[in-house]
Amino acid sequence: MSNEILNLNLIEIAHLISTGEITSLQATQITLDAIEKHNPNINAYLSVFNEQAIEQAKKVDAKIASKQTIGPLAGVPIAVKDNMCTAFGTTTCASKILENFHSPYNATVIEKLLAADAVIVGKTNLDEFAMGSSTENSGFAQTKNPWDTQRVPGGSSGGSAAAVAARMCYAALGSDTGGSIRQPASFCGIVGLKPTYGRVSRYGLVAYGSSLDQIGPMTRTVGDAALMMNVIAGHDERDSTSVNADLAPVADYKADLCGQIKNLKIGIVTKFNEGATPDVCGAIKDAIAVYKSMGAEIIEIDMPHFDYSIATYYIVATAEASSNLARYDGVHYGYRNKDADELVAMYSKSRAEGFGQEVKRRIMLGTYVLSSGYYDAYYLKALKVRNLIRSDYTNAFEKCDCIMMPVAPSTAFKFGEKTADPLQMYLSDIYTIAANLAGVPGISIPCGYDSQNLPIGLQIFTPAFTEHKMLKIAAMYEKNTNFPKLPEMK
Amino acid sequence: MNNKIDENTVRKVAKLSRLALADNEIHEFTAQLSAVLEYIEKLKELNTDAVEPLAHCLPVKNVFRPDEVRDSLGTDKALANAPQRDENHFIVPKILDEVSA
Amino acid sequence: MTKEFVVKKLVFNKLAKIMSDIKYKVIVGLEIHVQLCTKTKMFCGCALSFAQQPNSRVCPVCLGMPGSLPVMNKQAVEFSILAAMALNLEIARFTKWDRKNYYYPDLPKNYQISQYDLPISNKGYIEIPLESGQTKKIRITRAHLEEDAGKNTHTSGDYSQVDLNRAGTPLLEIVTEPDMNSAEEVRALAIELQRIVRYLGVSEADMQKGHMRFEPNINLAITKDGIEYRTPIVEVKNLNSFRTIERSIIYETQRQLDEFIETGKTLKMGNKSTRGWDDDKQMTVLQREKEEAHDYRYFPDPDLVPVVWTDEDLERIRKNLVELPIEKRKRFIDNFGLSSYDAGVLTDEKSLSDFFDEAVSAGGDPKRVCNLITQTGLKIANEKGCKVNELGFDAKALAQLAKMVEEGTIGASSANIVLAEMAATGQTPDAIAQAKNLIQKNDTAEIEAAVEAVFAENEQAVDDAKNNPKKAQKALGFLMGQAMRKTKGQGNPKLISQILNQKLGI
Ligand SMILES: [Zn+2]
Repeated sequence: MSNEILNLNLIEIAHLISTGEITSLQATQITLDAIEKHNPNINAYLSVFNEQAIEQAKKVDAKIASKQTIGPLAGVPIAVKDNMCTAFGTTTCASKILENFHSPYNATVIEKLLAADAVIVGKTNLDEFAMGSSTENSGFAQTKNPWDTQRVPGGSSGGSAAAVAARMCYAALGSDTGGSIRQPASFCGIVGLKPTYGRVSRYGLVAYGSSLDQIGPMTRTVGDAALMMNVIAGHDERDSTSVNADLAPVADYKADLCGQIKNLKIGIVTKFNEGATPDVCGAIKDAIAVYKSMGAEIIEIDMPHFDYSIATYYIVATAEASSNLARYDGVHYGYRNKDADELVAMYSKSRAEGFGQEVKRRIMLGTYVLSSGYYDAYYLKALKVRNLIRSDYTNAFEKCDCIMMPVAPSTAFKFGEKTADPLQMYLSDIYTIAANLAGVPGISIPCGYDSQNLPIGLQIFTPAFTEHKMLKIAAMYEKNTNFPKLPEMK
Repeated sequence: MNNKIDENTVRKVAKLSRLALADNEIHEFTAQLSAVLEYIEKLKELNTDAVEPLAHCLPVKNVFRPDEVRDSLGTDKALANAPQRDENHFIVPKILDEVSA
Repeated sequence: MTKEFVVKKLVFNKLAKIMSDIKYKVIVGLEIHVQLCTKTKMFCGCALSFAQQPNSRVCPVCLGMPGSLPVMNKQAVEFSILAAMALNLEIARFTKWDRKNYYYPDLPKNYQISQYDLPISNKGYIEIPLESGQTKKIRITRAHLEEDAGKNTHTSGDYSQVDLNRAGTPLLEIVTEPDMNSAEEVRALAIELQRIVRYLGVSEADMQKGHMRFEPNINLAITKDGIEYRTPIVEVKNLNSFRTIERSIIYETQRQLDEFIETGKTLKMGNKSTRGWDDDKQMTVLQREKEEAHDYRYFPDPDLVPVVWTDEDLERIRKNLVELPIEKRKRFIDNFGLSSYDAGVLTDEKSLSDFFDEAVSAGGDPKRVCNLITQTGLKIANEKGCKVNELGFDAKALAQLAKMVEEGTIGASSANIVLAEMAATGQTPDAIAQAKNLIQKNDTAEIEAAVEAVFAENEQAVDDAKNNPKKAQKALGFLMGQAMRKTKGQGNPKLISQILNQKLGI
């Protein structure tokens, strides 16, 4: 019985709770039990709010019982990545430097989840400050891929992806700066959506690369992602970079899912697909064939600057990060080295001891590219190439409705496989990074499995602020295939 | 392969970043950052003379807030996470770099 | 305009022997920070505060808490544009925010949100009044908007305290060209700028409270044996009054001259130093020997969006521009014939100059109104600790009083008594003059009768006045006094004097 409930998707459980067929307390308790059972092995969560979740579940049940108006996520257990501020529990970013940090406020997305009557069950693991592609850079725990615990869940939203795949929640929020939602979604066989930059408020998301970061849903179905978008999308007066309704109205993403898009034009870059492993390449081809069978037209497009996106990203993101992470200095909050007897030593030791290697590496790189004498050669150059990368998308979207390509060149890799060579790890983000630089939305949906039964993701891009269209295109595929299947949890 | 940056530069950058790095870290970072910078060199292949820098993908400008007072946190909440404090202040170790006569 | 000093100085070191006389000129440029008087901070809704409990007026944004984001205060941006307009600066149609990165405990994010290559305004000037009565234009390089830092207090122990109440306060930074050549000019600029921002209502500009902070960059141009030398630039900090600004420049001028004579040190790249003003010792003290190679790593702040102005926006803001003190001063001199001194007094504060203007347009004679204000009004206001326009009577009443003097209804000295009473009771000048029996007699027949009676009683004096040039003046004064007495002090002195002269035939 409890497994059946756990295997329900978000829309299904939300429906059953809202109609009183099962209570939020039941669903929440079952979820907390699953966390208790699986989390010691999977390490998806850094913190779990047992009592608070039960409390909230009871409150929602009371609301339902007394026929009050309820939100679209009423009573459903949801997880959030631990780089979103919550006024309860801790907000650590999986960093020792914020180990005991208690945020005095809730991120806007947290407020929105609570306003939708969701039950927030816990906060999930990530690469420290969202810097990484495997969650191996967490300062606290190694999250395992529920499909194969010898392998990484992807990153940086690896904890959220693993929690959703392992049925330790019905949906989760992740954040995506260079692929951190889409790549772990692909590695864990779930749906991950990075919205258009400006679609979801960043207020309360601990910044990594401010001009690239976006919060998005990680779910088991496309419909679930649409429902989550209904809850979190929209303008926020506390985030100057969130877009208001005049410029781009928020759609009803869930309602928009029905029906097909006729004469869908799909842009592909053949050589990109061929850059992936044969299994991945094959799965993408098959997926595109499915669309073809539904009447889609495949158009070969050119994205001449795509290949420069990693180089551009590692300048822009690290430059912003070096400044964003300057505040962790042991003065106002966070870890402090207590031995230093003068200020500069206190700063330098606290930061050296509080940050992990990857974070330090990126701060160093970002500081270097901004420092005097190098700004023009690196940072300014990168901003110009960023413009070219964006125009690649703009030009492509004049010829097609969407672009499809793999999410990652391979399926989930083994622990330690890429940690020795940071550059190799960076290069694995080749398919996802350009969308962040261009600000366009992207989604990863399960589209097959490799020879070792590891999930493969298909990535779909549409123009800025057309998430409704992107979700619809993704849903077309989902309806016509047997995906997704989920990893067995023992 | 020649390193794109030397250890001296890495030390300077570490100082600028307020990171007290151990010698082995300096050594390791020099090699790793050199490899990344070497890779980044590929941007030079592109002629960007006529391209505008793009700091932001958004078509957004003039985002203002009215000059209206909102609640502040108050001293207790403000200092709640402070590693060291007295009644009303954050406390930091003595500052040496101000006078260097 | 520039003052050149020639000094013949006896010095006892070797260099001095070959240096019989040198000419020098002080060169000063200013970096000025003006705190804007918005209700809330630059990027968050915390109220601006002075002398509040430390760290009480803070929120996640101004504390630099993880995840918090800044949003521009519209009023602060518009205040800064208004001030820039008043300083004749070109307003940039496109302006953006940059991060200035450096570590300091009073800077919670360890970067300051400021403006680097695209400030709100460029290239303007401020016209300053000099004691000579002339004015001088000082060029302004740029003005930009930024957020203030908090405050560190160095305790006697091994620790410093950090208070972030001030962190995030909107600051307008104004940078001038090195166009000032004397302490007087620098002081004049400081005072004039204070007047301007107060006129505009964009800053309280109280120096003691740190609302205005001046950091002069000072060096000397020295001509010796036909060759010009420049001494190293010194930036002076901790100046919290107009007096200390002036003194620091006088002090630095002498110090740099002495140093040059002793060491011959001249301006080179990187030998700019920072000195602090020590008010107890009345001298500048070295703070930082060399301008450290600061590497602020400026880059555009990705959390904020640009500001783009249209003509309509700028016109709307320009409507809040008021007549500036220097323009007002000129108008008072040119149109009303006031002295430069009086015009200066009346235009020192906008409220006073407006009150004066209002009284004049209500029909008061400008000079009479000016005298009433400067001779009595300001004195009473000073005693009461308020402004002249807050004394309890309006400009119309003041104009009325001026008119009564003008028409001879009351005497000039009585007017000051009436004014004091107006301030005390708020009654009309007419009612006060009546009640206090200060109304002058203007009845010609009555005065003629009085004068004739006086003549009859004082024949000798009449004779002296008419025929004895040695005693005429004194006799006339005596007769005048007697006539005033006959009218019980209420006769219009002007009229009495007129009738006296007429009857005496002089
Ligand atoms: Zn605040």
